[in-house]
Amino acid sequence: MKILTLNFLCCARKTCKSSPASFPLHPKEASLEQIETDINALFIKNILPRLDWEAMKTLTIELGLPALPTEPPSPEALEDPDSGEPSQTLKDLHQLLMETSIESGALRCGNCDHEYAVKEGIANFLLPSHMV
Amino acid sequence: MLPTPSTSHASFDNIYEPAEDSYLLLDTLSSKAESTFLTQRFHPTGPSPLILEVGVGSGVVLAFAAANAKVIFGHSDVAVLGVDVNPFAAKTAVQTIAIALKDLKVKPITLGAVLADLTSSLRPGEVDVLIFNPPYVPTEPLSATSSIPSEAMLDSHATFERDSKLLELSYAGGVNGMETTNRLLEQLPDVLSERGVAYVLLCAQNKPEDVKASIRQWPGSWKAETVGSSGKTASWEKLCVLRIWRDVVP
Ligand SMILES: C[S@@+](CC[C@H](N)C(=O)[O-])C[C@H]1O[C@@H](n2cnc3c(N)ncnc32)[C@H](O)[C@@H]1O
Ligand SMILES: [Zn+2]
Repeated sequence: MKILTLNFLCCARKTCKSSPASFPLHPKEASLEQIETDINALFIKNILPRLDWEAMKTLTIELGLPALPTEPPSPEALEDPDSGEPSQTLKDLHQLLMETSIESGALRCGNCDHEYAVKEGIANFLLPSHMV
Repeated sequence: MLPTPSTSHASFDNIYEPAEDSYLLLDTLSSKAESTFLTQRFHPTGPSPLILEVGVGSGVVLAFAAANAKVIFGHSDVAVLGVDVNPFAAKTAVQTIAIALKDLKVKPITLGAVLADLTSSLRPGEVDVLIFNPPYVPTEPLSATSSIPSEAMLDSHATFERDSKLLELSYAGGVNGMETTNRLLEQLPDVLSERGVAYVLLCAQNKPEDVKASIRQWPGSWKAETVGSSGKTASWEKLCVLRIWRDVVP
């Protein structure tokens, strides 16, 4: 699963839904994989407004990836104004969001501490019935 | 006609094989009426729509939506995510999507697949298009524990029993065939974004008219219409697709 996927997921327990601590989930012993893809400035521009920037910053720190800027970049900061070439910010975001994925490890909820296993890139949110 | 994604790599011993219901969803999503509705709803310059398929199975429907995103949603930059309770399905769906996108120059954003009960692992208010071809066949009531595979069952060495249980999960809908669908419908107001739209497939025995009437009673002016049906045969499994949404405040 991509790092970007974590922007849309939270703890599966009903009792955690209303707690801000149930998002983002915290990767544990994550083994990461990089798959190169073509840079697409428009994609990054259109996905930016959907990101929870604070959560993305937390994730990069926890995964030991290059830190993100304090504030989300403006769309203009993604391309060099003169050449139209991708800026470093765009390259970093592309790598983080589109190219980096979690192959295995676990995702921990900050509210209930439950850990969800990730195997072969697939996170398992199925809960034993007493925990639902 | 847009091409149907290949599922020739999939093993249908324990994954739902694409059938009339799957194809009805493909036809409905790519119909002129639905692609016009969706393209208007998701302005081409607006944020990327998040497409979620619950019960993704082989991935044939989500792969189709992803590969034809530009035509269906007016966006090539959709993000697609699949959910299933069947681990073989989750893995296969990821492959089906990758194969369907292989030759595309501009590929949508693939978020992968997760194992989860319905939308339980999704952050509230994020999903823009939710697709669900549920287990809809009327059966004995589903017991809470049997509608989701257990660890013990998946690890079981009795492959045949495990596989038949997984296939049962793909069709057995409990009372009126609506037990799982009703749980999903209850989640829609929380999981859909304001511009969110759900496509849910039903069979005649699910009483689609009653389902629509009850959705229209939800607080917040929800709408429900039949936007696709396979009415050619009068068989007991006559199928339809409901579109469920609310009007966007401009
Ligand atoms: C009728 S099949 C549809 C498969 C595929 N989407 C298609 O159209 O060909 C229903 C799917 O829902 C899955 N399913 C059943 N109960 C579920 C639940 N509670 N949460 C998520 N998926 C579920 C089954 O494993 C199966 O893959
Ligand atoms: Zn939790």
